[in-house]
Amino acid sequence: MAELLFWPALLLYGEAAVGYFGDMRRPGRAGRAATWGVRLGWLAQTALLAVQATRDDGFPWGTWASSLSLFVWLVVSAYLIWGCRRPYRLLGLVVMPLAVALLVVARAGGGTGNGSVSRYSTLFLVVHVGLVLAAFAGFTLAAALSGLYIWQERRLRSRPATILRRQMPALATLDSLALRTVAWSVPLLTLGAAVGLARLVADDDRFDALIVVTAATWLVWCAYLGLRLLGGWAGRRAAYLALAGFVLVVVVRLALPATHFA
Amino acid sequence: MKHLILVGTSHHHAPIELREQVALARDDAQALAARLAVGGREAACLSTCNRTELYLAADDAEQAELDAVAALASLGPEVEPALYRLHDRAAAHHLFRVAAGLDSLVPGEGEILGQVRLAHELGTLGPLLDHVFRQALHAGRKVRAQTAIGESPASVSSAAAALAEQVFGSLESRSILLLGAGKVSEQAARNLRSRGAEIALVANSKTERERIDEELGRVDVVIASTNASGLVLDAATVEAALRSRRGRQMVLVDLAVPRDLDPAIAELDGCYLYDIDDLEEIVAETLSGRRREAERAETIVAAEAEKFHEWHASLDVLPAITSLRAKAEEIREAELQKADALLERLDESQRRAVEAVTAQIVNKLLHLPTVRMKQAAAAADGVLYAEAVRHLFGLGEDER
Repeated sequence: MAELLFWPALLLYGEAAVGYFGDMRRPGRAGRAATWGVRLGWLAQTALLAVQATRDDGFPWGTWASSLSLFVWLVVSAYLIWGCRRPYRLLGLVVMPLAVALLVVARAGGGTGNGSVSRYSTLFLVVHVGLVLAAFAGFTLAAALSGLYIWQERRLRSRPATILRRQMPALATLDSLALRTVAWSVPLLTLGAAVGLARLVADDDRFDALIVVTAATWLVWCAYLGLRLLGGWAGRRAAYLALAGFVLVVVVRLALPATHFA
Repeated sequence: MKHLILVGTSHHHAPIELREQVALARDDAQALAARLAVGGREAACLSTCNRTELYLAADDAEQAELDAVAALASLGPEVEPALYRLHDRAAAHHLFRVAAGLDSLVPGEGEILGQVRLAHELGTLGPLLDHVFRQALHAGRKVRAQTAIGESPASVSSAAAALAEQVFGSLESRSILLLGAGKVSEQAARNLRSRGAEIALVANSKTERERIDEELGRVDVVIASTNASGLVLDAATVEAALRSRRGRQMVLVDLAVPRDLDPAIAELDGCYLYDIDDLEEIVAETLSGRRREAERAETIVAAEAEKFHEWHASLDVLPAITSLRAKAEEIREAELQKADALLERLDESQRRAVEAVTAQIVNKLLHLPTVRMKQAAAAADGVLYAEAVRHLFGLGEDER
């Protein structure tokens, strides 16, 4: 059953990625088809995760690859909130190819098939992995919004004659959406990390490199919030900081199999 | 059957000197339409700065056209040669193109749709003109919804407003500083105000420098168009103002030649500077985009004109269809009357079932002939079909 659901999800996400590319060249039908691809693909992946959850006693994300699948689902879920609106379709150019690539990696690692027995308790995984991945999905979206901000800002500065040909989200809107997304994500990461730390202390485990990088990631995003809300940062500087924070998110994701799951 | 007649002139056929002779104020246009709508005629007058057109629906198309030509020719000595005359389908197609903005100076401009609506409201209308104007409004809305013809700005002032929207999103409560008050800057300010922005200060040569510097720290949009021979605002002044803005962006539009705003402002973080050349290039590009969209819009309009033609032609066979249906209904009721004694034995629900079944049989029998007659009407041999139906079913013979 999981096998049957994986392929529709992957194909629909793939169709969306191609559709958004077509929409960039000629806005209209391709963009609408892409948005439907995201919606239907998301439904297929939701069903896939539900099937996995049912089969694996409630929580199938005990491996690096399976947590990657959940991460993809969270990123696409966050994107769906705005991505269906026309001005934000361009965001799909970043988000959907990423979703496709990560889903393929998740499958290669066995994350979309049968789950494996976790050495952690289910409740711990639900809270720790769920919150941290939700936060990372938020940061990914914030980084995509920031990337779009930088791109749009460059266009506005370079003043091409075609600047008004494509309907784009306004700079102020992108800026404020990125801030709001981070404002939701930082508390999630804080809670998720706190639960992990509590577990670490209770089990008398040692800190690993991943925990250190995650702490650095948390610090960068806290700094983002602080500088924006108290230091008056906005616009380009804040967007670059968000991209730096995202680099750390990627490092954490890549380091996961070598540390936590080693 | 009534015919649709159009007599008028527009910017394609008449220079401004001629157009101003036939341009009619709202009340005059209404009065002219009322004056032409005699003897069962319908009339509407569409008068804008680019066109004056009379739409009439009349049985005698030739006479209606002559009256319309005379009415417009009486407004000026050289008007008559500049008049165009269109009938039925071509007239409807023209009106649909006008409503869609395809016949406008700037393709896709939105104002014309409101002017067509006004002509509809002020006209002396009957079924034909009411139908064609409603369809024109529908076609205009459809073109704007299904193509991007009206989305991009068509003037320097609206391009400036659109650029400000690219930075701020909604312009609601955004503030504007006007440096100088030329005609173009006034238009730009009006455009921004129509989108919710507010004018904070209109500065001229007498305005204190400190006041301008103070406003620079607060306003979101600066529009400059003074007659000054040198720069009015340099980069250092704007940079100083940016310190108090806590990262808030500023859009600066320089409409003056020679320029009022230091080009170095464009390098400052959070500042977006556009001069008249930038805006004119954007407008030229968006106009070419509108022309591309116009091709798609023409297809929509042509389809609407075809629909109108089918509807209009069906008016030819409508009396025959109505008579046929009346005759069938009369026969059905007469047969039910004859069977009254039998039907009395049935209870209420059974009688209703018999009524429904007989009505359904009649409807099903007549459905195909009705559709075929309407189709034939659109193909121009509808009258023959209608005559055949009259003959075969003996329609109208009772009255003879």
